[in-house]
Amino acid sequence: MAKGLTKKYGEFIALNGIDFSVQKGESFGFLGPNGAGKSTTMRIIASTLTRTSGDITVLGKDPEVSGPEIRAHLGVVPQQDNLDQALSVSDNLYIYGRYFGLPRKFIRSKIDELLDFAALTDKRDSKVEALSGGMKRRLTIARALISEPKILMLDEPTTGLDPQARHILWDRLFRLKEQGVTLLITTHYMDEAEQLCDRLMVMDKGSIMAEDSPSGLIKKFSTKEVLEVRFGSDRNAQVAEKLKTLCERMELLPDRILLYADDAEKVLDEIHKIGLHPVTSLVRRSSLEDVFLRLTGRTLVE
Amino acid sequence: MSSFTRQGSLKLIDIEKAARRGTLYVMESRLRTMGRFIFSLISSSVLNPFFYLVSLGIGVGTFVNSKAGSAGIDGVKYIVFLAPALLAAVAIQDFMSEVTFPVLQGFKWEKLYFAMNATPLTGRQIALGTYFSSMIRTIGSIVIYFMVLVGFGAVNAKDAWPMALTSLYAAACFGAIMLAAAAAAENDDLFLNLMGRLLIMPLFLFSGTFYPLNSMPAPLRLIGWVSPLWHSTELGRWVSYGHHISPTMIIVHFIYLLLLLVVGLSWAFNRFEYRLSK
Repeated sequence: MAKGLTKKYGEFIALNGIDFSVQKGESFGFLGPNGAGKSTTMRIIASTLTRTSGDITVLGKDPEVSGPEIRAHLGVVPQQDNLDQALSVSDNLYIYGRYFGLPRKFIRSKIDELLDFAALTDKRDSKVEALSGGMKRRLTIARALISEPKILMLDEPTTGLDPQARHILWDRLFRLKEQGVTLLITTHYMDEAEQLCDRLMVMDKGSIMAEDSPSGLIKKFSTKEVLEVRFGSDRNAQVAEKLKTLCERMELLPDRILLYADDAEKVLDEIHKIGLHPVTSLVRRSSLEDVFLRLTGRTLVE
Repeated sequence: MSSFTRQGSLKLIDIEKAARRGTLYVMESRLRTMGRFIFSLISSSVLNPFFYLVSLGIGVGTFVNSKAGSAGIDGVKYIVFLAPALLAAVAIQDFMSEVTFPVLQGFKWEKLYFAMNATPLTGRQIALGTYFSSMIRTIGSIVIYFMVLVGFGAVNAKDAWPMALTSLYAAACFGAIMLAAAAAAENDDLFLNLMGRLLIMPLFLFSGTFYPLNSMPAPLRLIGWVSPLWHSTELGRWVSYGHHISPTMIIVHFIYLLLLLVVGLSWAFNRFEYRLSK
């Protein structure tokens, strides 16, 4: 799909020659911190941003040549909801359907279905202004689905939502995935990436750091389990030297020490044996956060 | 609870048809939004001329007529002199507000244009759709204003109707420039301030609106010469009561306004495409 894709803004390189491809029906995620180049990539795919160099085809076409043809089959959910505040919920869906040139009759029946899908049926005639953040987000997604797109693109779909609203949204996206819609998702939440994506591309500073399934990434770049210990921020660095030999790999963070091992309980036992007693300790499974830390030396959400 | 089905929109999306009609889809959406405010749009179209006519036409008019005697101003009663200017002014103002606020909203406040551009719509279609829906609103305003003028006896409908056309022509030409300017404005506060204080007021006051332009000192007449309102008013007076202008000047008025239209639209297309792909 993309080869050597590059975008420069003056001297600043937003995308540094990335290659990737997404299969039909796949749920593909771009994971990385702010400024990694995720949104830039999305906008180039959505054929609303021109690339500096490299090649890309979307649905078999070049976005710079066939923008409108490609966009006719994309559903785009931008980072910031851009709904028409002056119009009602159903009018927002209606006018959007018209932009695709869809017949009025088709749009009307589609609206009922989408309102049901987004759990907004009772808000049908409300003005957009009156909706909560989660409702607006669901409406934006419903709007992107009005044309029954082949690819649904979601830029940070749940940023700024409370946990409950996030789970409702994930559920809806999961259903779409089951129905065979290709999903392209950017996120800086590892739990979101793990929940929704079949395959992930970890990005940082305009480059691809790794690409695999969530479990594949964890297997490749981390151990099965992690032991998190805290000795108090001033002592962490002190004891770190002694802990290094007890595990496969260690990360010293300002507030805690991460010890990577396939059996984290055993490591904790050994720590106690050498006479060290952490203030708190936690055994958990490795996550994408650990993968990211390993790949970039930084945490995802800073 | 939810069923998401494919009802076959893939077949229903006719990209060639959508490409041809994109401008109409944008207009449909704009007019739908205007429809929400139809009451306030119409009432401002009726009340605004009403107050101007009462205060200026009758108030100032009585004073001017009593000073000038039966000759009036420019050979006609003051209200007849004033009517084409007021009509041109309202046309220009309404057109301008419909190509500025929605554009700021589209690019800046609600980013609606970016949502539109995520569909098959192109920047050029969005620009044209905004432009033509402004034109429809302006036609509505002109019709209402004209009827009020007729009701007041300020003009005779049968003779004066061509001034509705000259007003629309000038508003549409200047509107093209304002469409582009609003699309080029990155700083919305600054833009609105400049527009309100440095553009609308001087245009309205120094364009020979309330008295003939040549009764002003030469430097101030310059404002009138660049002002679309003056060109429009001159044409309106010419078509409505036979105000004397030379054939050369008639051509100058038309060409000047046409130039605004051509420059404005091409600048607007450029700005729309640039802002959307940045």
